[in-house]
Amino acid sequence: MTPAVALLMCTAAFLGTAILAVAIARSNWATRVIYSASLVASGVAFAIALVQLSSAGVAPLASTIILPLGLPWLGAHFRLDALAAFFLVVVDLAGLLASLYALGYGRHEHAAHRVLPFFPAFLAGMNLVILADDAFTFLISWEFMSLASWALVMAHHRDADNRRAGYLYIVMASFGTLALLLAFGLLAGANGNYGFTAMRGAAYTPSTAGLVLILLLFGAGSKAGLVPLHVWLPLAHPAAPSHVSALMSGVMTKVAVYGFIRVVFDLIAAPAWWSGIIVLMLGGGTAVLGILQAMLETDLKRLLAYSTIENIGVIFASLGLALAFKANGMELAAALALTAALFHVLNHSFFKSLLFFGAGAVLTATGERNMDKLGGLIHRMPVTSIAFLVGCVAISALPPFNGFASEWLTFQAILESPALPQWGLKILVPAVGGLLALSAALAAACFVKVFGVTFLGRPRSTAAEQALEVDRFSLTAMSVLAALCLLAGILPGIVIDGLAPVTLSLIGDRMPVQADIPWLSIVPIAESRSSYNGLLVFLFTLFSASLTAYLIHRFASRRLRRAPAWDCGFPEINPLSQYGAGSFAQPVRRVFGTLILRVRERVDMPVPGDLRPARLTVETHDLIWEGLYLPIVGAVGFAAEKLNHLQFLTIRRYLSLVFLALVFLLLVLALWS
Amino acid sequence: MVVISALLTQAFQMALVVLLAPLLSGFIRKLKARLLRRQGASLIQPYRDLLRLLRKDVVLAENASWLFRVAPYLIFAVTWVAAAIIPTFATGLIFSWTADLIAIIALLGSARFFLALAGMDVGTSFGGLGSSREMMIATLAEPSMLLVIFTLALVAGSTQLSTIAAFMTSPEVGLRVSLGIALIALIMVAIAENARIPVDNPATHLELTMVHEAMVLEYSGRHLAMIELAASLKLLLYISLIACIFVPWKLAALAAGPAAYAVGMFAYLAKLAVGGALLALFETATAKMRIFRVPEFLGAALMLGLLATLLLFVSRSL
Repeated sequence: MTPAVALLMCTAAFLGTAILAVAIARSNWATRVIYSASLVASGVAFAIALVQLSSAGVAPLASTIILPLGLPWLGAHFRLDALAAFFLVVVDLAGLLASLYALGYGRHEHAAHRVLPFFPAFLAGMNLVILADDAFTFLISWEFMSLASWALVMAHHRDADNRRAGYLYIVMASFGTLALLLAFGLLAGANGNYGFTAMRGAAYTPSTAGLVLILLLFGAGSKAGLVPLHVWLPLAHPAAPSHVSALMSGVMTKVAVYGFIRVVFDLIAAPAWWSGIIVLMLGGGTAVLGILQAMLETDLKRLLAYSTIENIGVIFASLGLALAFKANGMELAAALALTAALFHVLNHSFFKSLLFFGAGAVLTATGERNMDKLGGLIHRMPVTSIAFLVGCVAISALPPFNGFASEWLTFQAILESPALPQWGLKILVPAVGGLLALSAALAAACFVKVFGVTFLGRPRSTAAEQALEVDRFSLTAMSVLAALCLLAGILPGIVIDGLAPVTLSLIGDRMPVQADIPWLSIVPIAESRSSYNGLLVFLFTLFSASLTAYLIHRFASRRLRRAPAWDCGFPEINPLSQYGAGSFAQPVRRVFGTLILRVRERVDMPVPGDLRPARLTVETHDLIWEGLYLPIVGAVGFAAEKLNHLQFLTIRRYLSLVFLALVFLLLVLALWS
Repeated sequence: MVVISALLTQAFQMALVVLLAPLLSGFIRKLKARLLRRQGASLIQPYRDLLRLLRKDVVLAENASWLFRVAPYLIFAVTWVAAAIIPTFATGLIFSWTADLIAIIALLGSARFFLALAGMDVGTSFGGLGSSREMMIATLAEPSMLLVIFTLALVAGSTQLSTIAAFMTSPEVGLRVSLGIALIALIMVAIAENARIPVDNPATHLELTMVHEAMVLEYSGRHLAMIELAASLKLLLYISLIACIFVPWKLAALAAGPAAYAVGMFAYLAKLAVGGALLALFETATAKMRIFRVPEFLGAALMLGLLATLLLFVSRSL
């Protein structure tokens, strides 16, 4: 049995589980059975993909299979290569941990019969997209994935917000699929070669390649959350149950990245240099705008969704760099940039899943998503808070955790940019580097806010005061992810070597072998240029921290008294006097928000002697929503209003309308030839 | 044998930075006092303060969590590791290739992350005020710092500090406008990062003006000692950083022997003294600015960093 067949069997197992779920969803033990089955299936798929990826260095793999499904003369093509194997590792590892988490978390679900059937179906859809090797199968799987996730967003459809999120999601998903359909139509050409193998061999004119790139940015970009197509994401991702939010944010956006890489790096062999500029600018802008909106958000899950937009921006910026280097024949630098992007894909799936699991745990324990009603959870939920803290540190790109390793690689790739021949790129790349540094710093500020307001301080509501630690399944899933964040951060060389087959197959070059470097350092180009050793940084910090703690406790006074907080002599009794999510964001809001988000603050201060309370009002305007989407909505409404009259015509007018349409079509046909 | 002597040199470097840091703070304070026509405390007053703090009880707020108690050690350790990697009297120490300039900045970022969290732990409004302002300043300082690093990396072809220092001593550097601009940007970032005038006032306890002090308001005893030591270590780190990049004279090469090390040592002490004196002079000559003027200050640093990078491209193509 070839690996591709084995993976398709796993997908079949997911689909079978989904059907089983429809049958048994209302029984008491359904949750346990369905999530255990998903856990086993994704575990097997993960193991197969990992073995394939690790053995890919020995022999280049491409295991193909054609099933007699789909269009009659075409069949459904599936193929497993290094790129697909890597993304399957990402998807199925997250699927495995989400199933484990859901074994505990899913028990609190009050509408289990609306979640259980679609969860395995969603996993199956993502696996199929990655395995697909022809345009037809790819698009069918893509739609299947979108619909399954839409159903999960609508699981709690009685909530009006969720209905709105679901509506926006399905509109954007259909739009994205339409763009992908057109892109594949262009790639297939006049002969209609729907197989990826034929597309890979074809030579495209620069204009076709450019058009395909733009269409892909619409198609894959709308699914991944690239600005300005991101508006649905912060509504839809948090609306689903938390383990599904983790999959949608941590993994489904990665499937979109996969689609982009598959077409732009694999099917179109030679990109134009300006394609790098477009992708770079979109990536940099997306990163800053995403994290800025996250900073201003008070809803925990929606904040995490906005932060996903930032990470997608970082990934796309690295991909843009890789495109620019590849177009100029700088294979080694392109491999470095692509490795950075793929490393960040892996990292983001780790820490974003972890953070969504943590948000789910908070939701279970308190029933609250609004951070301004939380606080002090570090005392009530010790394990969750440690795991969540690890996620916060990792996503803020701080050493020695994994987020820093991929960010560092991105910066190393940016430092290769002076060798680029085009002036536009030369100047743009350092500017985008500045944007990425800004977004990393804003991310750190944002996650100080998240952890500080949610877990530290004093509880702001009775629900937060009485929170209890969550079940063992959830805690295990979170702890495993936290450990993975640390491991990938201190042993980045192993990940880089694991990614080598992917860059080798897409670019034709790879980063130097990292396993041979002593002390497990990573060296992207040469040791005199730059090197980083996560393990040593970790051990070095651990050593000096324990040495200090030992010396202090040995020689200094060890006495400790508990007393009320000092607070400059004015202790406030009311916990609402603490800094909350909104007040923490105020300086950043004032500095960065006035331009892009049109933040306006107004203080209504009564004159002395007046007994009215003083009021602070904050107005924000999302310029993208108001400038881009509202006009479209208005135009569609206007057109619909006008066309509405056509419903009430007399039979004579209908006939003349048909006649005119016929004449018009015949004219077009006559002029065409 | 070689490894042991290399390790010993590294250990000496670690001990050196910790022992010198309070002296540097004391020196700056004394000099500032003299410039203001005051007598000022003695040079070794910071050591006395630290010892006294170490002898005192810790008074811990009732709802402080484990994070509040762990944070001082973590902050100190991370700053210490970053300071140990920066070349002070010699380049090419054994751990210098553990992290490059980007990683050193990120390490300081970790220290700031935990300091800001500790500020929010007790749940007072002052702590949150300090944390949110500190993170705002950091979001502006970090991109400026990165652009300075870009400029340096483009000139020296490396982000490794030892390599940069070695390159800067070589004759091919010459006088470059970009480097001058980068130096100014780096100094501005250093002032902001170290909570010095005009961005923040290290001596203030006035609520409206404080940033760093507001975060550490609830600390006492040995915890406060670690925070104070980490703060002066960070100041020493930035002065050493500027010194090793822009005035890398008499830096001993790898395993150069005791004589070269001694020369490097004296040169390093002289550089620290000059850096501290300039800082004291600057701080007495300026007034602290409003918190929302800081973005303009750091925005200027950002523009300078970008300008340095662009000038470099232009000068290269000519």
